[in-house]
Amino acid sequence: MATFAFLRNTWRGLTSMRTALVLLFLLALAAMPGALLPQRLTAGDKVGKYFEESPNLAPVLDRLGLFNVFGSIWFSAIYVLLFISLVGCLVPRTVEYAKQMRAKPVLTPRNLARLPHHAKSTVDTSAEDVVAAARERLRGWRTDVRVEDDGSHTISAEKGFLREAGNLVFHFALMAMLVAIAFGKMFGFEGQVIIHAGDRQGFCNSGIYAYDSFRPGLRVDGTELQPFCVRVNDFEATFLHNGQADSFHANVSYQEAADLEAGTWREAGLQVNSPLRLAGGTVYLLGHGYSPRFTVTFPDGQKRTEATQWQTMNTVTLLSQGATKFDPPGVSDPEKRRTGQLAVTGLFAPTAAFEGTLMTSVFPDLRDPAVAVDVMRGDLGNESGKGQSIFEIDKSMVDAGRLKKVARQNLRIGEEIALDDGTKIRFDGVGRWVGVQVGYDPGRFSVLIAGVLVLLGLGASLSIKRRRVWLRATPAPEGAESARTVVEVGGLARTDQAGYGEEFTTLAADLLRPGKER
Amino acid sequence: MVNSNLSTFSDWSFNSALAIYLVVLVLHAAEYGFTRNPDRKRELVAAGGTGGAELAPDLGTTITQGRTLPERLGRTAVSLTVLAAVLHGVSLLLRGLATQRVPWGNMYEFGSAICLVAVVAWLVVLRKHDVRHIGAFVMLPMLLLLFVAGKLLYVEAAPLMPALRSYWITIHVSAAILASGVFLVSGVASVLYLIRLPHEANPERFAAMGPKLPAAASLDRLAYRLTVFAFPIFTFGIIAGAIWAESAWGRYWGWDPKETVSFIAWVIYAGYLHARATAGWRGSRSAWVNVLAFLTMIFNLFFVNLVTTGLHSYAGV
Ligand code: HEM
Repeated sequence: MATFAFLRNTWRGLTSMRTALVLLFLLALAAMPGALLPQRLTAGDKVGKYFEESPNLAPVLDRLGLFNVFGSIWFSAIYVLLFISLVGCLVPRTVEYAKQMRAKPVLTPRNLARLPHHAKSTVDTSAEDVVAAARERLRGWRTDVRVEDDGSHTISAEKGFLREAGNLVFHFALMAMLVAIAFGKMFGFEGQVIIHAGDRQGFCNSGIYAYDSFRPGLRVDGTELQPFCVRVNDFEATFLHNGQADSFHANVSYQEAADLEAGTWREAGLQVNSPLRLAGGTVYLLGHGYSPRFTVTFPDGQKRTEATQWQTMNTVTLLSQGATKFDPPGVSDPEKRRTGQLAVTGLFAPTAAFEGTLMTSVFPDLRDPAVAVDVMRGDLGNESGKGQSIFEIDKSMVDAGRLKKVARQNLRIGEEIALDDGTKIRFDGVGRWVGVQVGYDPGRFSVLIAGVLVLLGLGASLSIKRRRVWLRATPAPEGAESARTVVEVGGLARTDQAGYGEEFTTLAADLLRPGKER
Repeated sequence: MVNSNLSTFSDWSFNSALAIYLVVLVLHAAEYGFTRNPDRKRELVAAGGTGGAELAPDLGTTITQGRTLPERLGRTAVSLTVLAAVLHGVSLLLRGLATQRVPWGNMYEFGSAICLVAVVAWLVVLRKHDVRHIGAFVMLPMLLLLFVAGKLLYVEAAPLMPALRSYWITIHVSAAILASGVFLVSGVASVLYLIRLPHEANPERFAAMGPKLPAAASLDRLAYRLTVFAFPIFTFGIIAGAIWAESAWGRYWGWDPKETVSFIAWVIYAGYLHARATAGWRGSRSAWVNVLAFLTMIFNLFFVNLVTTGLHSYAGV
């Protein structure tokens, strides 16, 4: 019994308006660190920096989940409670609303003069006619006509029921939206990949391994992706004279579904704000950069050409850094191979400017490309078992003395470096790469529909006024002049909305003068 | 690409508008200063009136033959406000023509547009409610914002960066501007309410400012109606932003700092609407919530754009 009372009280407390309010404020408060502190979700690199800058504070904040607010237990707890409270609030309100819809407008109060809005007149029309005229005037209102014991005729009218309907739609849609979001997150994924312009192979959505980074939903393991392939034929960026980006455009070919077997490619343009929507996911153009191309001529005359993407360091001038790595060809002895590996690493400038030998970039477009590179020879550490960054050489190999710098030079296109053993490294030219994101979210459309309902419900509930008006027509007492009727009207706005006064005034003017309508 | 003649004219209009607003502020301040405290008797009459007398009427602007000094000051101020608003609008229009795009592509233009909405909202309020004498309180925050936008965050007219080049900027950003401008006026009404309410309970409190302010109930209603008007627009703006983000960044919501703070502001405004329907929260508490919500909007505008670096490439000050 006590448990029951406890449960009931908890439930009542949870579903009360006051609790909802407190939970709303808690939600706002809890979201705040998500804006003030870097979040793993959106700015992982900045979280790392934060750890470096505040080595004492950061781990504490991390323990509290403050770098992942929107995935934290406490944040989820708040919105789950809020939505429980919402359900508890909506169900009885919906029932109540259904009852009200069927109920008749409330009886006319005995004393209309006590209502916030009130007016009175005496007319020559009979009480029945007054009420009949009023009924006509109150078309669109829900009305109920009654005759009271003393012979007075009354009409009670009510309008604005859609307000509560809007309110209910709004709150239900809010819940539906949360469900749709959760559904999308569960069965969707997000992956990023870099595609080289002109690469005939392109990218195929065939599994997680095809991506550079992949964030699956809880119920996605990457084995059942709907396949499609995209290749970037060319990429063009234009810039204003001050270096501000003006436009990005990639011409792409893609194939999906039946195309894959038939081997047909379709053409499309990919731009910022204009993604490529395919059944298996939507492809977005997120970034772009350069990949300098080097050709190494080994002492035995064999050539190798590589163009790895380099990482953009400065988003305005597109100064980039990276490492292009080479294996000596035709060497089968692993020991020998490991001492003869090469890496060309350093900076790339699309429009180079030199200060002595120091190179910077002064413009993002390819006006005067150059590289400032170190050539490293030795063991790149590919077999060390550690993951290799494609943008960097393995520093530990350098520290261990197994990878040595053998040259340092600035190169323009066509220039080359000659190493002591006769190896030549030529800077051939520059390719472009684009970074694309592939997003798949099966809940997306439902979220949109819920959003539209939220808006419609909100609009209705905030713009519609719930209001009542009553009229009582009382025949003048016996002995008075014939056919005189006292008409009284009273009005009440059910919702806290100013502005009923004006409507009431015009309404009352019409009701009080039946027959003399406009 | 950018027509520099037009953008120069735009700057001139902007500066003239700014100067005239300053005069308006001074005139309204004088109007307020010279308005006599309404005597107790009249106040009682005003408070006892029914629905019709929604906002305390005729403070000091007695129905004498000629117009009183405060009244003349106030009327001049309003005429000048209209003039300044026209120039203000022209400055934005010329910016748009100069750059061949919507004139809200950076923080200067965005801030200026918000101020214009606030001024227009204020002029609309004036048509319906007799609150002219509190004009200075609306002009002051508006001018501060306009000054920061026009003098500290000014940028040369330039085309939009590619990320912003989408028709969604028209829809999403204009909704944000419209809502923010109206929220500003609403916030002012709530602040004044928070001064007036304690004064009504105890005339000793805020004895200097309190008596001349409109009745607390009127201020409360004004704040509520403005927020009720702006909130769905703000909601629409957020939804439009999500749709845009879906096509630009590959997800409709990603807790980018700007998104996060908009969410917070939205939740606080929802809290305000709830508070007004919750026993124990009506009155000053809900007014505080409204003020807090507006401060969050301002925080979103300045702190998030200037300090944090999210995807919103607006920060290009
Ligand atoms: C998920 C969080 C919630 C949000 C964002 C939210 C938002 C809103 C908004 C914006 C309004 C104003 C529009 C209108 O009047 O219809 C509103 C009204 C209302 N909400 Fe909520 N709500 C939430 C949860 C709740 C909960 C949990 C309850 C019940 C305990 C509730 C009960 C109400 C009621 C009764 C109104 C009508 C107030 C009035 O008549 O002015 N809401 N809500």
